[in-house]
Amino acid sequence: MNALTPFDLDAATQLPAPDGVSNLSRRRFLGVAAGALVLGVALPTGKAMAQAEGAGAIAPKPGTRVPAFLEIRPDGTVKLLSPFIEGGQGINTALAQIVGEELDVTPERFVVECAPPGPDYALVNGLRLTGGSFSTRSSYAAMRRLGATAREMLIRAAAAKLKVQDGELATEDGKVVHAASSRSIGYGELAGEALLLQPKEDVALRDPKTFRYIRQPVARLDVRDKSTGRAIYAIDQKVEGMLYAAVQHAAAFGTEPKALLNEADVKAMPGVHSVHLLPGAIAVTADTWWRACKAVEALKADWSTPAAQGVDTVSAGFSSEAMLAALKASADPGLPSETEGDADAAFAKAAKVIEADYDAPYLAHAQLEPPSSIARMNADGTLDLWVPNQMPELFQMIAGQTAGLTPDKVKIHSPLLGGFFGRHFMYGPANPFPQAILLAKATGRPVKVLWSREEEFLNDAIRPLSFSRFRAALDGAGNPTAIDVRTVGEGPIGRWFGAIFKAPVDSSAVEGIVEKPYAIPNRKMAFAKLPHPVTIAFWRSVGHSMNDFFYESFLDEIAAAGNNDPYALRLALLKDKPRHLTLLKTVAELSGGWTRGPYEVDGVKRARGVALASPFGSETATIAEASIEDGAARVHRLWIAIDPGSIVNPAIVKAQVESAAALGLSSALFEQVVYKDGVRQQKNYDSYKILARDHMPEVHVAIVESGAPMGGIGEPGLPGVPPAVANALAALTGERIRSLPIAKAKLSGV
Amino acid sequence: MYDVDINGKILKADAEPGTPLLWVLRDTLGMTGTKYGCGIAQCGACTVLVDGQATRSCQLPIEAVEQSKITTIEAIEQDEIGRKVVEAWVAAQVPQCGYCQSGQVMAATALLKETPRPTDADISDAMSNLCRCGTYNAIAAAVRRAAA
Repeated sequence: MNALTPFDLDAATQLPAPDGVSNLSRRRFLGVAAGALVLGVALPTGKAMAQAEGAGAIAPKPGTRVPAFLEIRPDGTVKLLSPFIEGGQGINTALAQIVGEELDVTPERFVVECAPPGPDYALVNGLRLTGGSFSTRSSYAAMRRLGATAREMLIRAAAAKLKVQDGELATEDGKVVHAASSRSIGYGELAGEALLLQPKEDVALRDPKTFRYIRQPVARLDVRDKSTGRAIYAIDQKVEGMLYAAVQHAAAFGTEPKALLNEADVKAMPGVHSVHLLPGAIAVTADTWWRACKAVEALKADWSTPAAQGVDTVSAGFSSEAMLAALKASADPGLPSETEGDADAAFAKAAKVIEADYDAPYLAHAQLEPPSSIARMNADGTLDLWVPNQMPELFQMIAGQTAGLTPDKVKIHSPLLGGFFGRHFMYGPANPFPQAILLAKATGRPVKVLWSREEEFLNDAIRPLSFSRFRAALDGAGNPTAIDVRTVGEGPIGRWFGAIFKAPVDSSAVEGIVEKPYAIPNRKMAFAKLPHPVTIAFWRSVGHSMNDFFYESFLDEIAAAGNNDPYALRLALLKDKPRHLTLLKTVAELSGGWTRGPYEVDGVKRARGVALASPFGSETATIAEASIEDGAARVHRLWIAIDPGSIVNPAIVKAQVESAAALGLSSALFEQVVYKDGVRQQKNYDSYKILARDHMPEVHVAIVESGAPMGGIGEPGLPGVPPAVANALAALTGERIRSLPIAKAKLSGV
Repeated sequence: MYDVDINGKILKADAEPGTPLLWVLRDTLGMTGTKYGCGIAQCGACTVLVDGQATRSCQLPIEAVEQSKITTIEAIEQDEIGRKVVEAWVAAQVPQCGYCQSGQVMAATALLKETPRPTDADISDAMSNLCRCGTYNAIAAAVRRAAA
């Protein structure tokens, strides 16, 4: 979701100048929020909007109303209602650092929960979502200001109480202190009065030189609960009187159950409450999930039949192979996604032209927590929904439509996510919550729907299978003069956000191929849309997850064709890009100096590959070291330098980069969802292999803070890994991998 | 109805023969610290200790553990080694999404009970649970820390 928002992010993401936020960026970001602050602040959270709007008031500027975000409790702890959803990326801790820095409360005294739906939380350029590696960079300026605004209100409340001037007061970790009289009052005692005060619009922010929490490796707030089984995920939620539901989806995607064949037998099974037909699925409710699961496995239905052939639906003949063939055979010229110079002329006079086709498979998210949802229809006509999600307001709207309610009647609870990687956006038939709503309405009881791991692998929304055709022109000296890339397929932004973002070329299909930093003067990139019949998804780093593999592998092919070292070629093509040059040299140094190899370690040949990527506002440079064991790739070490401009928590940044690298390696080596005869072949972790401990390499991360606008962190560590690995393997074998995963290739031992 | 010894208490569980211990824990007894990941003993999220041995509870029928002592993540800090493991997990800042970590902590506790000073190879062999966040290096560091 690199380019999901066509708005100007800079105002929100630029770090303040050392003397504080500039007036311009502050005004741009906060806009004309004064009226909303006045109206909103005196009203309790939630009702404020409805009441305020009646008077023709201005809607709250997202991120400005202190009471919508902060509850300062009598014991001095601070509850922060977060616009974002914690799923392992560490956003709860980062927000506690940012708000705590300005509020002057140590982050460890924060309790962070995901906020309910509401306009206050639309911080990603007017949208609310947790994705696109947007959370910290989109909210950093607003959350600092929110903390500072609240602190100033606490000081004023203390001044009134102590009968002194504001200027005589200071704060000290959760207390307002009057040094002259040695008196202090805890924030908890002041909060009630302070939050009734009118907030000031231009409070001073802390000088970054005096930061105590931002830029420090502050401990995560959630590790103890997550190390002792106390953390509660959606799957762990319980509601009084709740039934458990298990489902069996159509074996052929898109077909419908027409009738149940053994309803009476299944109803007689232990613990079973009821059996149901659902859109595209059959379901059983019972008093435990295991009983529901055994019963739904026994339930038989008469199903409609899929189309016999074709790739415009998931037909009985649909396969990954057929889909890839269709992408390759497309004659659609497509639309230009990047044009520079005159590529055709450069090809016409090239000394050498090389071409290659690259493809990457469908991928499952395979997050460890299988998806679940609880729906409860309440007596007052409202619906409570506990649902893993990355967009609470959108889920509220669609849940309302499913239940026949207006959105304001739907209360969304957004629990911790047991991994997401893009899994929990709105994906139509790949979300279990509509089933929970329909079953709650049908049974008159709260219902928790949980998909078995097999149902999840068969019905997860998947990273699209992807294809690009590359051509490059080289001059007599072996330097690239032109590159031409044709991409055919479909990206998730077009599928799921096409109605909002009407860009002709889907950025999520071409990111990683366009906007590369290299000085190749003539460029001709095109995108031809060919929709997939399957439910496609955002998957950690989205288009970059395959496109950087394609491009950076092909760049090594260009280097080989011109008899250039791949590292030296990149240095040459980046000579006017100081930020990239610094990063490339940093990763080389981190790895002990660039060496391609092969070289021997313990009698086994190893080699290294390098790759750059520009994902989600950050820049990365990656070096991988690989060898070959029994015809399979073995990656020993990864070195990754990341430049996200500036950071909040170096420990979390390093952990996220390592995590993204592990997922990138997993996808490069092993992962693929394969369709055959209209059905996915992988149903569990035995057939969908993911990275286990035995293939986890050493990972070394260097952070470079160039001061550029803040970039993302959760995804950028991923895209450089697959090409760096493939480039290392090419250095070992002389053979080029152009189709993932690498496990499909038989690597020659060396 | 089965009597099962869980964390030192005899609990009664209404379940059919063949019901995996995992689901008795989670739904019948309401102990949700033990996680469901795959149901086929591949991922290890459901790991508990059965008479001190790390065991994947999703493939363990309830009738097989009537004579056994079960320890789950809920009681792990009452165990001396388990407590050290938890402290090491916190100190090494292991969890990200955290969903697999109950099982990882149980597996590490079982390893250190059997092998107080594990080699890297011991860690590799014993710590085979999957982690989609890729915290494997942090897990190994935490096991070494708990053993020290």
